[in-house]
Amino acid sequence: MSLKSNLHTLKEKYKGTKMAPAFNALHTFLYLPNEITHNGTHIKAADDLKRTMNTVILAMVPCLIFGMFNAGYQHHLALGTIESAQGFLGASFWTWSNLVVGMWKVLPLVVVSYGVGLAIEFLFAVIKGHEVEEGYLVTGMLVPLIVPIDLPLWMLAVAVAFGVVIGKEVFGGTGMNILNPALTIRAFLFFAYPTWMSGDKVWVHGAVERAGTADAISGETILGSYAQSQEVVYSYADMFFGIIPGSIGETSKLLIILGALFLIFTKIGSWRIIVSTLIGALTMGLVFNGVVDAGWISSSSKFFGLMSVPFWQHLIIGSILFGAVFMATDPVTAAQTNKGKWIYGFLIGFISIMIRVFNPAYPEGVFLAILLMNVFAPTIDHYVVQGNVKKRLKRLKVKTT
Amino acid sequence: MGLLSKKDAKLITDPLADNNPITIQVLGICSALAITAELKASLVMGIAVLFVLGIGNVVISLMRNIIPSKIRIIVQLIVVASLVIIVDQVLKAYAYELSKTLSVFVGLIITNCIIMGRFEAFALGNGPWKAFLDGIGNALGYAVILLIVGFFRELLGSGTLFGIPVLGDPIEKTGLYSTGYENNGFMLMPPMALIIVGLIIWVQRSRNTSLIEH
Repeated sequence: MSLKSNLHTLKEKYKGTKMAPAFNALHTFLYLPNEITHNGTHIKAADDLKRTMNTVILAMVPCLIFGMFNAGYQHHLALGTIESAQGFLGASFWTWSNLVVGMWKVLPLVVVSYGVGLAIEFLFAVIKGHEVEEGYLVTGMLVPLIVPIDLPLWMLAVAVAFGVVIGKEVFGGTGMNILNPALTIRAFLFFAYPTWMSGDKVWVHGAVERAGTADAISGETILGSYAQSQEVVYSYADMFFGIIPGSIGETSKLLIILGALFLIFTKIGSWRIIVSTLIGALTMGLVFNGVVDAGWISSSSKFFGLMSVPFWQHLIIGSILFGAVFMATDPVTAAQTNKGKWIYGFLIGFISIMIRVFNPAYPEGVFLAILLMNVFAPTIDHYVVQGNVKKRLKRLKVKTT
Repeated sequence: MGLLSKKDAKLITDPLADNNPITIQVLGICSALAITAELKASLVMGIAVLFVLGIGNVVISLMRNIIPSKIRIIVQLIVVASLVIIVDQVLKAYAYELSKTLSVFVGLIITNCIIMGRFEAFALGNGPWKAFLDGIGNALGYAVILLIVGFFRELLGSGTLFGIPVLGDPIEKTGLYSTGYENNGFMLMPPMALIIVGLIIWVQRSRNTSLIEH
């Protein structure tokens, strides 16, 4: 008997029992079910939840693969075993040995993220007696992309358990969560284990264990360098193509833009949120540039380094682009109304850059800004809807008088 | 219990579980979040509230027939404030370090909703003995939650209990730390206390579903 019919018999056998959702989920995840509906009318649409999730994952796969190459490349480069790649297509970047190092470090993160997260989803489905929802598929992929390469696996496991239970299940599971679960996981890691999540030792594989020895290597991120008003050694092209240290999946702006186009084209991601987030970030950048140009801040100020970054450069350093494309657009936690999406996105971009510049303790503010706006999204929607109601009532009054 | 009638005993046991001031009435959350990063501070805070609420309830109960109802809040505040000042001075004299950790939160016992709540809801309408038992019961219910939260926060956040290392030395990497374990810095921040209180509420209500409000 094939696996499919085996699963089907198991499903039939456990029908109505506690374990049924677990078998159901496995079965429908791997195969099309045998059952067909016989009567009544049904909406036929191909874009169910599973299709939506898979599309987002597809959009992220290039970032993941690039992240593996980059992880290996940064590692070898820091050790001095290879030459600088001198650009996106450089010979020393797309090498087998880079990929192997990257895979060796990144795949376990992916496995742990999915393993722990899906185990908890199954557990809750069995306890609560509902079907397993696909909500974790995207989260599980996002999480490895937004953590530093050398993060210990047990920390990731703890954080994933926390994020899925506190960030999602307590609110009622997929579709009910207020906060983006992937960002909840990152926020937990950031506050629980700050030494593993920030600083100049965590972004390049091997830096932690070499810290303090003669072979010490430093992988300061660009934001870190700016915050300390140091020279930035990377060219704009490197930043755009992503050949820089950073969280695993967020360095390559090119691939993120490709992912964004894919999401917009398939109508999965909201272009309004992506565009308005970028506008918000640029606006805040322009304000800071204006402050510097007007001479209101002296070059000895600790904010000077980040404030004087050209406003457009904010988009290609840090993770603002990744956040805008893959995090802010999460349909569950974002604003639902069109006008609300503009406001929501704009404030995310605006606050991200504000935190980035003003709080040296948080070198990157994107995840905090998105979490904050997640909380405010329902409020924004409420006022947008009320505004519309008022407008239409006024129109009605004019007509009747 | 021979000492207490069944009704009196209920005054003490009810606030410990099914009518807990923190997890059921959701009062006194502020101090529960602020000072539970260490077990020692939680314990002292619990004792301080026990002292203030136990004596305060008796005093208010004794005066309940002579307090004009229009100014009863002011009278209650004066009673709490006097008791809190005593606690504060004793702490400053005998446990200076601890009083610095608890800092403003000793003074803020005055505004702890549990205390005013018990004065208003119980002491004003009952005799001194009952009021005393009610005060002790509620203060114990408060202290129990504080200790549970403090236990998890100190154990997971600093790896110690009452300041004694129980998981090994994080700097020398002995004990559990030799396996790569690290303290969870998030546990030392107030948001985590809120989450732990939330988890306690979750566990309590899923064990006793009649507590769930609709």
